[in-house]
Amino acid sequence: MTLPDTVGLAGRKTAPPPARPPVRKRRGAALLTAALAGVLLVVALLSAGVGAYEIPTGDVLASVQHRTGLGGAALDRVGESVLWNVRLPRVALALLVGSSLGCAGALMQGVFGNPLAEPGVIGISAGSAVGAVASIGLGLSFFGNWTITACAFVSGLVTVGSVYLLSRSGGKTEVVTLILTGIAVNAFAGALIGLFVFFADSGQVNQITFWQLGSLAQATWPKVLAVLPCALTGLLIAPFYAGKLDLLALGERPARHLGIEVERLRLTLILVVALLTAAAVAVAGVITFVGLLVPHLLRMANGPGHRFLVPGSALAGAVVLLAGDLAARTIAAPAELPLGVLTALIGSPFFFWLLRRTRRKQGGWA
Amino acid sequence: MSLLFRRRGRSVPARPAPGAPLAEASDLHVRLGQREVLAGIELTARAGEVLALVGPNGAGKSTLLGALAADLPAASGVVRIDGRPVGDWSAPELALRRSVLPQSAALAFPFPVEDVVRMGRAPWAGTPYAESDGAAVAAAMAATEVTGFAERPFSALSGGERARVALARVLAQGAPLLLLDEPTAALDLRHQELVLRICRERAAAGDAVVVVLHDLGLAAAYADRAAVLHDGRIAADGPPAEVFADGLLSRVYRQPVEVLPHPRTGAPLVVPVRGLTSA
Repeated sequence: MTLPDTVGLAGRKTAPPPARPPVRKRRGAALLTAALAGVLLVVALLSAGVGAYEIPTGDVLASVQHRTGLGGAALDRVGESVLWNVRLPRVALALLVGSSLGCAGALMQGVFGNPLAEPGVIGISAGSAVGAVASIGLGLSFFGNWTITACAFVSGLVTVGSVYLLSRSGGKTEVVTLILTGIAVNAFAGALIGLFVFFADSGQVNQITFWQLGSLAQATWPKVLAVLPCALTGLLIAPFYAGKLDLLALGERPARHLGIEVERLRLTLILVVALLTAAAVAVAGVITFVGLLVPHLLRMANGPGHRFLVPGSALAGAVVLLAGDLAARTIAAPAELPLGVLTALIGSPFFFWLLRRTRRKQGGWA
Repeated sequence: MSLLFRRRGRSVPARPAPGAPLAEASDLHVRLGQREVLAGIELTARAGEVLALVGPNGAGKSTLLGALAADLPAASGVVRIDGRPVGDWSAPELALRRSVLPQSAALAFPFPVEDVVRMGRAPWAGTPYAESDGAAVAAAMAATEVTGFAERPFSALSGGERARVALARVLAQGAPLLLLDEPTAALDLRHQELVLRICRERAAAGDAVVVVLHDLGLAAAYADRAAVLHDGRIAADGPPAEVFADGLLSRVYRQPVEVLPHPRTGAPLVVPVRGLTSA
């Protein structure tokens, strides 16, 4: 089939050089994906085995094989119980929460066109937390197992929407406006959470405080189930919008000129971000900076293309959170550091460095 | 599912016949805030023609381009692209029919140059023309002389280089209507000429090119038609040789100018009258 020359450049005297297919880049992404998957597997196995009750990696594998009906052998009663009722739900939860946070970070930075956007920094996590705390504090249970998640989703959605509206002007989100909006939203959400804590009884206060610090220590299979639909929906939808996010980097109008229905894209992605953040916050509390750190590191390693960045951030987020959780419960063993505290300890200096770098590039905040 | 259906149902426009009106504004009024920036514009961009929009700062050139691009809504009147009011086209349909070069090129993340140019091909994804993506990207990069830094990140380029990359992206889009807002603003002498030559080539290939220019000399040399904007109205519209007259330009720009024929080619040269005090 011959096509008419829509490009209008075929009649040029000098034949255009053949376009190089971006082979190198694709290979880089494939390598990185494979490496991340490998690391994820190793960390997951380690996580399942290491702890107060050590289970050798071989035994972990054998037990998993046994349960999936592929041979292997069951462990003794205690080992089997520790592995399947304590460790593995925790690993599964870390995977879900980590990939949700990483993916949400990559999406938000793309939607806002701003590399400093992150659910924790600009208050989305805190906003989701308000809903979750409200459902704990008010003792809601209209949605059974999913109540906390549903409440976190609704309040998270309201928060992303308002941050988006408040921090944009003239089709752009400036760094300063975004961060200041984040401060305001975080403060307001903090006040609401404080109110709920004030009115809660002591059992609820314990539950809320523990969970506010960000932790996976109370992982159970029902909790995994509680966030699985939210996280999975978000993670499955997100990659389909990667190409459009690339175009959005040009700005809203140029993206529209290239055929993107910007309003709809924005609305969809805000929904997805709210889903992912709610999934993470509902079970693990507020864990900051994973969504900031992970996409940045991947961008440094493989460029800013969202086709790799969005799924890659989910994968790398899972690795980071799983490793973080492993560290949180082994560094000070037998005590356990709150995971949110650990990620913030590492993440805040990184955020500070990013801020400095952005300011230097822009020549001040003006 | 609806997405799939729509993509298949999206019709790829045929090449326009020479002289076909690709963009038309009739009795177009545009308001920005309280101010009426465009007041009753009548303008047609035709296939095979370079149309220059000139006029002093604040005359409404960019606003007019924005209205033709379907970025700005008309307060009254109508803008048609390819014969249909802009509001009746969806964004993906418009993207196959017009491309737009904004005044300043920005990029939120440091994509390499080649990726930026390739973004111009996005509207063709899912059509048979997607096969020629690679060739279109390479040709657009060669035409704007950016092939040499294809691998460099956009953020590391100079202003002039960025402007050419942005133009390459617009060329790669391959839409029959090109709307260019000051494509020469950041460019050196050689590349200004290069860009206008590209405009001519595209017009010769059957596209309609609407270009906002400040340099009246460039407009006179390369445009088939020039529209002089003044206070949101079109003060004159026609071939540059007819439109660029001392009186009109002096009045519109509030600066005395002389229009002289080039001693060799006879093309109109627009020169501000200088040194009045010493004369």
